Amino acid sequence: MEHIRTTKVEQVKLLDRFSTSNKSLTGTLYLTATHLLFIDSHQKETWILHHHIASVEKLALTTSGCPLVIQCKNFRIVHFIVPRERDCHDIYNSLLQLSKQAKYEDLYAFSYNPKQNDSEQLRGWQLIDLAEEYKRMGVPNSNWQLSDANREYKICETYPRELYVPRIASKPIIVGSSKFRSKGRFPVLSYYHQDKEAAICRCSQPLSGFSARCLEDEHLLQAISKANPVNRYMYVVDTRPKLNAMANRAAGKGYENEDNYSNIRFQFVGIENIHVMRSSLQKLLEVNGTKGLSVNDFYSGLESSGWLRHIKAVMDAAIFLAKAIMIENASVLVHCSDGWDRTSQVCSLGSLLLDSFYRTIKGFMVLIEKDWISFGHKFSERCGHLDGDPKEASPVFTQFLECVWHLTEQFPQAFEFNEAFLLQIHEHIYSCQFGNFLGNCQKEREELKFKEKTYSLWPFLLDDQKKYLNPLYSSKSQKFAVLEPNTVSFNFKFWRNMYHQFDRTLHPRQSVFNIIMNMNEQNKQLEDDIKDLESKIKQHENKQTDGVLTRESLHSVRPESPTLKTSLCFKEQTRLPVNDALRTIEGSIPADNRYSEYAEEFSKSEPAVVSLEFGVARMTC
Amino acid sequence: MEFAELIRTPRVDNVVLHRPFYPAVEGTLCLTGHHLILSSRQDNTEELWLLHSNIDAIDKRFVGPLGTIIIKCKDFRIIQLDIPGMEECLNIASSIEALSTLDSITLMYPFFYRPMFEVIEDGWHSFLPEQEFEFYSSAVNYFVTLRYFFSFELFCVFQTSEWRLSYVNKEFAVCSSYPPIVIVPKSIDDEALRKVATFRHGGRFPVLSYYHKKNGMVIMRSGQPLTGTNGRRCKEDEKLINATLRAGKRGYIIDTRSLTVAQQARAKGGGFEQEAHYPQWRRIHKSIERYHILQESLIKLVEACNDQTHNMDRWLSKLEASNWLTHIKEILTTACLAAQCIDREGASILIHGTEGTDSTLQVTSLAQIILEPRSRTIRGFEALIEREWLQAGHPFQQRCAQSAYCNSRQKWESPVFLLFLDCVWQILRQFPCSFEFNENFLIMLFEHAYASQFGTFLGNNESERWVHCSHGAISFLVVLVTS
Repeated sequence: MEHIRTTKVEQVKLLDRFSTSNKSLTGTLYLTATHLLFIDSHQKETWILHHHIASVEKLALTTSGCPLVIQCKNFRIVHFIVPRERDCHDIYNSLLQLSKQAKYEDLYAFSYNPKQNDSEQLRGWQLIDLAEEYKRMGVPNSNWQLSDANREYKICETYPRELYVPRIASKPIIVGSSKFRSKGRFPVLSYYHQDKEAAICRCSQPLSGFSARCLEDEHLLQAISKANPVNRYMYVVDTRPKLNAMANRAAGKGYENEDNYSNIRFQFVGIENIHVMRSSLQKLLEVNGTKGLSVNDFYSGLESSGWLRHIKAVMDAAIFLAKAIMIENASVLVHCSDGWDRTSQVCSLGSLLLDSFYRTIKGFMVLIEKDWISFGHKFSERCGHLDGDPKEASPVFTQFLECVWHLTEQFPQAFEFNEAFLLQIHEHIYSCQFGNFLGNCQKEREELKFKEKTYSLWPFLLDDQKKYLNPLYSSKSQKFAVLEPNTVSFNFKFWRNMYHQFDRTLHPRQSVFNIIMNMNEQNKQLEDDIKDLESKIKQHENKQTDGVLTRESLHSVRPESPTLKTSLCFKEQTRLPVNDALRTIEGSIPADNRYSEYAEEFSKSEPAVVSLEFGVARMTC
Repeated sequence: MEFAELIRTPRVDNVVLHRPFYPAVEGTLCLTGHHLILSSRQDNTEELWLLHSNIDAIDKRFVGPLGTIIIKCKDFRIIQLDIPGMEECLNIASSIEALSTLDSITLMYPFFYRPMFEVIEDGWHSFLPEQEFEFYSSAVNYFVTLRYFFSFELFCVFQTSEWRLSYVNKEFAVCSSYPPIVIVPKSIDDEALRKVATFRHGGRFPVLSYYHKKNGMVIMRSGQPLTGTNGRRCKEDEKLINATLRAGKRGYIIDTRSLTVAQQARAKGGGFEQEAHYPQWRRIHKSIERYHILQESLIKLVEACNDQTHNMDRWLSKLEASNWLTHIKEILTTACLAAQCIDREGASILIHGTEGTDSTLQVTSLAQIILEPRSRTIRGFEALIEREWLQAGHPFQQRCAQSAYCNSRQKWESPVFLLFLDCVWQILRQFPCSFEFNENFLIMLFEHAYASQFGTFLGNNESERWVHCSHGAISFLVVLVTS
C-alpha cells in the first residue's frame, strides 16, 4: 500500500483504441492494492489486475490532459487521459511499483482468499493427481517403472520427484546419463501409448560438444528403445534449428551423434528459441495495434512477424511425434536445449493429438500439470511474474494454447472445452491469483509452500465448467481417435479472440456458439418440463379413483410451449437468461472473467437477425 | 457444325484419373459434345462428368508412351489424366481444346440440356409476383419479358406515388444492356428518359435499384455522365435525379472510381457530375478496381492457394501480393458507405462507375444485402442476382469467359461476380445467423456462373438472352428453389 499515493481520480477519459472518431468514455479511476479500476458514467467497470500490466507509459501532455497507456500481458491495451498531470504521474509511479514485485510473497495469490477452508484448499490441490495419470496411461508395467532416483531432487532440481524410466535402466545409468545432460535433465517418460506400447520421452540436450560420449546415456537411450517391444529403433527429435544446435556444440553441448547410439534416428524440427518468439510476438502486436491498418500491411506485418510460421513449426513437430507412434510404432525422445520450453510444447501437443483424454476439460488440466508444471517449464520467468530479467520472458505457453486453438478450429467436435477455456487459462498464467503457475519448478514450489499458502486454479475452473463446454463436442466419436491436422499454410489464422480479446469493436456481432449454447440450455429446460409433467400425470393417475384418464387431462400433458415455436437459427433468436453463463469464478472479480462479459455483450446487443436495427446488418470494415 | 467433327478420339480405355480429395481411378474416358466423362464402369466408384465449358486451360506432358493431360478448371480444380498412347493423348487434348473454346452461344450445353426432374415452374418467369401477373401480361406483349420482375420488396415502390414502370426500352433501343422494363421517377416521361440515355454511358440512364421501406430512401444506378472535357450538361438528367429527392433533402453520388480516374475519363468523353449542376448532391469517390487488374489478382491468389511448398511466409506474402483481400475490403467499404447513407443519413444515393455494369452492381447489390433481410434468404438472393446482375446487364459471357488458369488474357475477363460472392461470404462470416443460405450456395452460384447446364448466366445482357432463351435453355434459379 505504501506505493499508492492517489486512490481515486475523477474525470478520466478512456479512449477506444480502434475507433476512428476518437470516441471516449469519461469516468473515475480507482487504484486498489491489487487492481486498477475504471468506472465509466454508465457504471460499467473495467478491472485491470496489477500483475497483468506489462508496461505503463506516460505520453506527452496534451490540451485535454495527460495520456497514460497501459499494456497488459493478456493483450489488453488501455489508453487513459488523466486531466491533471500530477495525478497521472502519481498513478504512473504507483503502477510501476505495483506491477513489478520482487518477492513471491507479494503476489496476489498470497492475499487472494476465496473463502475455502484448509481441507477444501488441500482437496483443490489434489484434484489433479499425476500418479493417477501415469496409471491411466498404463505405467508402471513390465517395461516401465517409477524411479526413486530424484526423490530428493538430488539428480535434477527442475524435474519432479516421481519419474518413470525403462525398467532395465538402473540407477547408476540414470545418474550417469543425467551428468551428460544439460541441467541434469536425463531422458524420462512423458507419455506412454498403451496400444502401441510406444513412448514419448523428454530430456535436455546432451553435453556432447564435438566428440564427447557417455556410455550411460547411450545405455539409457537403448533401454528406451528396448522398452518398446514392437519397434527397435527410436526417433531422437531435436526441436531446435540445426544451426542453433551446432552452435551449442562449441559450448560443450549439442546433439546426439547417430553413430554413437544404436538404433536411433535423429531429426531436427527447427523451432526457434524463446528470444525469437518474444520478438515475433512483439512485432505481431505492433502490427495489430496500428489504427486503420490496410489489408496489405496486415498481411505483410503478419508475415514479417513470423508468428504463424512458428506456430506451424510447433504443430509440425507434434505431428511428427504422433505419426512416429501411430504409423511406425516407434518411441520418440524429444529435447531442445534445456528441455523445458520447446520440449514441453511438442510433447504436450503430441500427446494431445494421440490421446482424446487430453482433449477433455479435466484431461487438459492434467496435461498442463504434467508436461508444463511438473517438468519445470519456468512459468515465473517466462511470464515475468517477478521483477526479473526481461530476456527470460517468452510466450512459449501462449503458443501452446494457440496451437490447441488451431486444432479446435480444425476439429470442432474433438474438444470438450471451448475457446473461453483457453483464454481463461491464459489469463491465469499471468494473473498470479492462483498458485499453480507460480515458481519455476516443483522444488521451488515446495520450498515456498505454495500448496499451503495459495489456492489451485483447477477446482475453480471445474466448478465453472459449464462456461467452458464446447456444445459440438462428441465424446463417442473421439474415443481413441488420433487427430491428423492439416498444416497447409492457409489453415493457420490470426487468433483474433486472443490478441484482440478486449477490442470489442473488432468482434463479429453474432455468435453461432452462443446460439447453440442457448439452444442446449433450452432443450434441457424442456426436457425438465417433460419430466415434471410426466410425474404430474403419474400423480394424477394415482389419484383418479376410477383409474380412467379423461381426454382433457391427456391434453394438458402437452402444453403448447411458446419456446418450441421459435426457431433459434435463422428467423429469430430467443435468448435465455445468461446468468449461469455469467457466473464468475467465485470470489474473484468480474475483471478476471472478461470472456463472460464478452458473452454478455453478445447476448445484449445481439441481433435477432431480422429485427436488428430494422434488419440492417452493420459491418466493420 | 457437328460436334463429331471436333472429336477425334471419342473413347480411350485404361485412363487413370487423379483429382483432389479422391483416390485415383482407372477407367474409360469418353468425349461427348459437351462433356468429358471418365468411368471405371464399376459400381460404387464415382464417375467424372466434366463440362467442356468448365475447362480453363490444359497442359500436356509425355513420359515415354504415357501421356498426361492436366486439366485446369474454371472452378479452380486441377485434374490429371494419364492416357496410354501418344496419339490418343494428343487427339484427346486437341479435342478438349476445341470443345472448350466454342464461341457460339447456341452450341452451349444449356441449349441441349433436358433436366431429369420435372420443371415445376419455369424459372424464367418465377420472379414475377402472382398478383401482378395479369397486369404485366396485358401490358407487355412479350411473353418472355414477364420474368423481369423483380423481387417482391420492390413492389412496395408502387404503393408510393413517386415511381412508375417504364417500357421505354422494350425494343432494347434506348439501352442495349437494360431490361425492357425499368423503374423510374413518376414525374419523368419516356421522352426525357431517351434524352438522359444519350447523356449516360451506354445509354444507362439512372434507374431505381433499391427502395428502403424504412424511410423511403432509394439507391439508383446508372452509367457515367458523358460530360466530356467541355463540361456538357443535360437538364433532363439533372431533373431526373433531383426528382428522387424529397423537398429540402440532399443526396449522395457514389462514384466507384477515384477522382483521378474519373477526371481522366473526361478526356474520353465520360466524366462525373459537376457540383455546380447538381447542387443538391454530394459526390464521393471510392476506388474499386476493374477488368484485368482483378483478373490478375485472382490468378495470383489461386497460384498462392496451389503453392505446394507449404511455407507460411510464402503463403502470406503471396496472399498479400495478390491484393485480392484489398479489393474485397474496398468493395465492402463502399457498400457499407452506401448502406450508411441510406439508413443512417436518410439520404438517397446514385451509384455509378464508368459503364455501371461492374463495380456499380457490386456496390448496389451488397448494400441491399446489408440493408434488406429478405435479400439474405435463398429466394431473395436469387431475386437480387436476377435483378442486380442479370437484368442490370453485367456481361457474364465476357467476364466469366476464362478463370484463373488461362494464359490468353483479355481485358474484359474479370472475376467481378466472384468478388461479389466473396464479399457476401465475408458478411456471412460476420453475421452467421443472418442468412438463410450457407457458403455452399455461394460456391454453387460461382460454379454455374462459369460453366453450367442452365442458361441463366449465358449472354451479356437481357437483349442477348432474350434472343436465345426462347430456344429453350432453362434458367436454373428456380430449380434451386424447388430442390
